Amino acid sequence: MLALTTTWPDLLVFVTAAALIVVGALGVISVHNPVHAALSLIVTLFGVALSFLEQSADFLAAVEIIVYAGAIVVLILFVIMFLGVDRHPRDEVEPLVGQRAFAAAGAVVTVGGLIFLMAKSHWVTGVMSASTGGTPLASGQGEITQLGQSVFTTYLVAFEVTAALLIIAVLGAVQLARRDRESEVEQ
Amino acid sequence: MDASQGGKSMMGIADPLLSSGVTWAILLIVLIKVVVAFAVVMVAVMLMVWFERKAISDMQSRIGPQRWGPFGILQTLADGIKLFFKEDIVPNEADRVVFKAAPYLVLIPALVTFSIVPVGGTVTIAGHVVQLQVANPPVGILVMLAMSGISVYGVMLAGWSSGSKYPLLSSVRASAQMISYEAALGLTIVTVALATGSLTTRDIVDAQARGVWHWNLIHLGVVPFVIFLIAITAESNRPPFDVVEAESELVGGYNTEYSSIRFALFFLAEFMNTVTASAMIVTLFLGGPAGWAPHIAHLSWIFPILWFIAKTAVLAFTYVWFRGALPRLRYDHVMELGWKRLIPLSLGWLLIVAGFMVKPAYGFAMAAAVIFAGTLLSRAFEIGASRGPDAVLTPVGERPVPEETIREYFDDEANDEGSAR
Repeated sequence: MLALTTTWPDLLVFVTAAALIVVGALGVISVHNPVHAALSLIVTLFGVALSFLEQSADFLAAVEIIVYAGAIVVLILFVIMFLGVDRHPRDEVEPLVGQRAFAAAGAVVTVGGLIFLMAKSHWVTGVMSASTGGTPLASGQGEITQLGQSVFTTYLVAFEVTAALLIIAVLGAVQLARRDRESEVEQ
Repeated sequence: MDASQGGKSMMGIADPLLSSGVTWAILLIVLIKVVVAFAVVMVAVMLMVWFERKAISDMQSRIGPQRWGPFGILQTLADGIKLFFKEDIVPNEADRVVFKAAPYLVLIPALVTFSIVPVGGTVTIAGHVVQLQVANPPVGILVMLAMSGISVYGVMLAGWSSGSKYPLLSSVRASAQMISYEAALGLTIVTVALATGSLTTRDIVDAQARGVWHWNLIHLGVVPFVIFLIAITAESNRPPFDVVEAESELVGGYNTEYSSIRFALFFLAEFMNTVTASAMIVTLFLGGPAGWAPHIAHLSWIFPILWFIAKTAVLAFTYVWFRGALPRLRYDHVMELGWKRLIPLSLGWLLIVAGFMVKPAYGFAMAAAVIFAGTLLSRAFEIGASRGPDAVLTPVGERPVPEETIREYFDDEANDEGSAR
């Protein structure tokens, strides 16, 4: 795909985005300070947003920055600062037994799966190609209209289920953090 | 060319400059736009600092700056030069790289946000129709949300990297406050985008160009305007929401350990944010550069710019007025206002506006539903408040690592440090 339609600016943007993603991702797993790791994650997210822009998915790029870089990593940093773990790298303590083995297995399965999908179907998402899988993405305002229509028609069930899932997660977090009044009275 | 005529013919198209190929002339025009915008923002910030000091002085029966230039108008320049030549100190406890980068992380988003503000109609330079704004991306107003999301990092990392406790407290406050108000800010922007049917700032301004009754301030009811004004004030840490740099509690907040030019950069960014916030409110709710313009040959393009400057100046004065008139809110009150009042209100108003856009009957039905939900919610808040301090939640459950192990680990470390001294 890349070789067929590439122009010089495209290639330049792609290489920049890819470099940002890879350098950021390596930073996340290699630096010792958790705050620096979170900052590397932001670099990765910017790279992803840049590659979205290159494929004229402007809206996705903006949302990537607003939601992931603007809110989620801020929350991660907030927790790191609040718990004060930033200057105490506790590498020797494993909160979950065998977490390293599980992480390695997860990484192998994920990367293996991605490589398998790329080898089999040319696109990581599993769709055979962008032109046969659906209508090509419009650019500019049209893209937002298209996205909104497909979310609220074709993918409505998935969208609503995701919303329900998020609500359940919030309720679960509240329930976990909540002190049980009745059990306290019994004590 | 008249602003409204020019706007209608190119509704939906991005910047007419870049729509058909890029030539050297276009590149030059874009470059000129960037340089002019940068210069204008810098001068505006300089005047804003002077204006704020002078107006606050008048409100408090003081004289204010008066030494440099007429009415002390060059005071900011003098302060800038002084700060530039002072010694730059990096504390020993600081995380050096992050400490040095943080001021720029505040400054750059503040600058970038201004690039999407339409300051006038269109002008024709050498056969090219040029919009008087640096950029008009299809995602438009979302750039502002993205940049306000990024500017959190500057404040947050400045506080953390100082390696000092009050700045750290300040940065924790900043991150919580800015995230809280971003939700209300986003929901009011959605209301505006819904009424306009477009995200670009140019379309938002054009939709309001037909007269005062079409301004979003009146068109959407006054509520989104009020919510946006409060939320963006909190977002830029201006008084009365300046708990982040509450000097009576936190020494000076996140910038306590900064000195010299880095300290100046924080203030530059803060006042730049004030100017940009005023310009954003004008763009979203007050019709941007729209206004009465006489038909004078070759000069009619200048009146929209004058309208824009006048409206922005009124908003900027409002900010100064807030600072002069309102006491700082307590931290928990700031959070309560954001989460319990503004977010439900903006969400409810969004639903009502959406209902009215489909059919007036739906609008009234939606209004009834929102009032019902609002009553339930306020009853819930009442019950919550009546429970008193006992109802504050404490964490329960087991830690994955036993408490003793963690304590042992930290105690060992503390003992080591103690014996080393």
